Amino acid sequence: MDNQEEQKQSNSRRRFIKNFGLSVGIGALAVGGVLKAAKPEKKKKGESIRVLTEEGDTVEIDRSDIKPLTQKEQLKENQRRGIEGLPGKKWVMVIDLSKCRNARMCMNACQEAHHLRPEQHHINTLRMQDAKDTQPYFMPKPCFHCDNPPCTKVCPVNATWKRQDGIVLINNERCIGCRFCIAACPYSARVFHWNEPLQVDGDDDRIYDIELNVPQKKGTISKCLFSADRLRQGKLPYCVSSCPNSVYWFGDKNEDAVTNGTTGITRRFSELIRENAGYPLYEELGTKPQVFYLPPKNRQFPFEFEGKTTIEKHS
Amino acid sequence: MPEKHAKKDTKLYLSQLDKDLNRSIVKHDLGSQFWLLFLLLIIGTGLYSYIIQLRDGLGVTAMRDYVSWGLYISNFVFFVAVSLVGFLISSVLHLLGYKWITPITRIAEQIALAAVALAGIIIITDMGRPDRVLNVIKNARFASPIFWDVTVITTYLAISTLLIYIPLIPDIARLRDKISGVPKIQMKLYNILSLGWHGSDEQFSIIKKAMKILAILVIPVALAIHTVTSWLFAATLRPGWDSTIFGPYFVTGAFVAGVAAVIILMYVYRNRYHLKNYLTDKHFDKMGKLLVLVAFIYLYFNINEFLVPGFKMRKMEGIHLQELFTGRFSLAFWLVQIGGLALPMILLLFKPFRKPTPIFIISLAVLTGAWIKRYLIVVPTLLHPYLPIQNVPENFMTYFPSGTEIMIAALPIGIALLVITLLAKLFPVISLWEIAKENGVSKEDLLS
Repeated sequence: MDNQEEQKQSNSRRRFIKNFGLSVGIGALAVGGVLKAAKPEKKKKGESIRVLTEEGDTVEIDRSDIKPLTQKEQLKENQRRGIEGLPGKKWVMVIDLSKCRNARMCMNACQEAHHLRPEQHHINTLRMQDAKDTQPYFMPKPCFHCDNPPCTKVCPVNATWKRQDGIVLINNERCIGCRFCIAACPYSARVFHWNEPLQVDGDDDRIYDIELNVPQKKGTISKCLFSADRLRQGKLPYCVSSCPNSVYWFGDKNEDAVTNGTTGITRRFSELIRENAGYPLYEELGTKPQVFYLPPKNRQFPFEFEGKTTIEKHS
Repeated sequence: MPEKHAKKDTKLYLSQLDKDLNRSIVKHDLGSQFWLLFLLLIIGTGLYSYIIQLRDGLGVTAMRDYVSWGLYISNFVFFVAVSLVGFLISSVLHLLGYKWITPITRIAEQIALAAVALAGIIIITDMGRPDRVLNVIKNARFASPIFWDVTVITTYLAISTLLIYIPLIPDIARLRDKISGVPKIQMKLYNILSLGWHGSDEQFSIIKKAMKILAILVIPVALAIHTVTSWLFAATLRPGWDSTIFGPYFVTGAFVAGVAAVIILMYVYRNRYHLKNYLTDKHFDKMGKLLVLVAFIYLYFNINEFLVPGFKMRKMEGIHLQELFTGRFSLAFWLVQIGGLALPMILLLFKPFRKPTPIFIISLAVLTGAWIKRYLIVVPTLLHPYLPIQNVPENFMTYFPSGTEIMIAALPIGIALLVITLLAKLFPVISLWEIAKENGVSKEDLLS
């Protein structure tokens, strides 16, 4: 029994390492291709194609049988799968503070992907100093996707919730903009659209993607989603893959494997944490964060911000 | 003094009562028109500002991602607080059998009704998507304190409406039968609202029973509205809000604000409608003592709320308290704690300060202090999150309400005052039949 479990686990781990970026990706590509191919003008009777079903089987169907989803149906489908999340996964992030030198590529990639203004951060690199006599360091801070999230508990309309794969998502089609979640989050992870959100070309007729939270809407909340849309495609989150300094590790806790976004190296999550004395932030608040930090030790670069090597006092 | 009339001649006494208590209805002068114009101006600019906010988003306020609750929520807490006085006077004091509250009950209920009704409207002005307000019912999530708040506030609104309306029925019937010189539509309103009252024993006993039920029913609801409102803050992990005594702290603070509001309105009615014989010095004296009592209890909770964490000065609480005690909010903080609470309490221990005019001025200070206190509860905490505020524009790190925001916040104040004004314009501000009954006028005489 135990053996079988282990076998299964190691199997799935191998599959993860090999296919991270393949298994889910093919499905998404196939569906995307089908949708593209289904445009009426290209319809040709009698031609058959292969598609991937939701169960993962390849089947052959006639191209004329493919019916594109209406906008409303597509939105509904986005919502359905976005609310459910990816079965069997438990996403986790490890941030190596000894590597972060404030390149801010993560922040830029995130803002670009989510159509955010420069002052709106799903991930924010903070200049930290824990006590007067300790060394300052840079700390990227995304949403911690807590296992006991204080933000989802206070939402009066279920516009934010925790999915089965651990991601705390929001639905800006339902959010009433009461901002109770902002008040409840001890990590200041949430932002609000006080004005008309940044308009990016094509936002107007884009169907709302709940896993990307785009298009953004005035008067609603936005937050870090662990790039749920990228995870569905089998890719690493925007911030993780854009880091030039090997700061981020991301992966599946169930498989005990995390991949570095810069080097592509995959390691055991538990080992990484054990060897480097990894820790979650403000764990004493009982929120059970799913983002872990590796301490800022042995840094081979100075702490520099705007020409200064000191830190201004905490507010 | 009224007793003398009653003994002499019931009819004469009753006509004097009509004359005195209907004065708020029939009085039309430049003052009242000016007041109405003033209120409409506030409401007009408020509505205009709100339309701007609807168009451009909440960005027209000074709120940003860190201080994401500001003037509106402070205002909301203040309104809920003030509304609690209806419960204190028409339920607690009534059930305890105090007779002197009879001429004050309706005044307290006017304030309660106006305040709680407008509290709901304030919340809508604070919403990013007011068009989705029905989601609160459609997609209700029972675990959210906001859902509890919506539930108890609407219940309290319903009970407060009944608490003011039911004892009004005999008075409305008398207006229907006796008053002249009011517009036809107003007479029609009296006709409808009097519900065919003819003063039978059965009807009186129904009123009595209904009032008793309501007075008891309102206890848990009233305690709940302000306790739940305090939980909007206390249910979070933020230093300054994360407190176990926030419920009673808010409830007792509410009594202070409410009693002060009632004293102010009593003074205004007494002078404007010449009600010296009904709202006597004795009533002000009693209300002054009541204010001392509730202020004392509130002071006790304040000491607990600030001294205990202040003794320890844990890191985050320490930053928060330092801001209040000696930092950028210290002027407002000490003004409120001393000028709006401790000093009024001490002054009111002395009889001369419980005379109508001194206590009116003291109550103004208390009520203003109570408002600022709500602001100090909401805003400073949000300026000190656990993690530093960085990589955002300068205006994210401070908060002072914008002009548009102030005008929108004044809107509910204007509407609340208008509601009270209209109630005074339509109905006697003091319960006529209860005063008459207390002075020995029989039910039959009241009808004739």
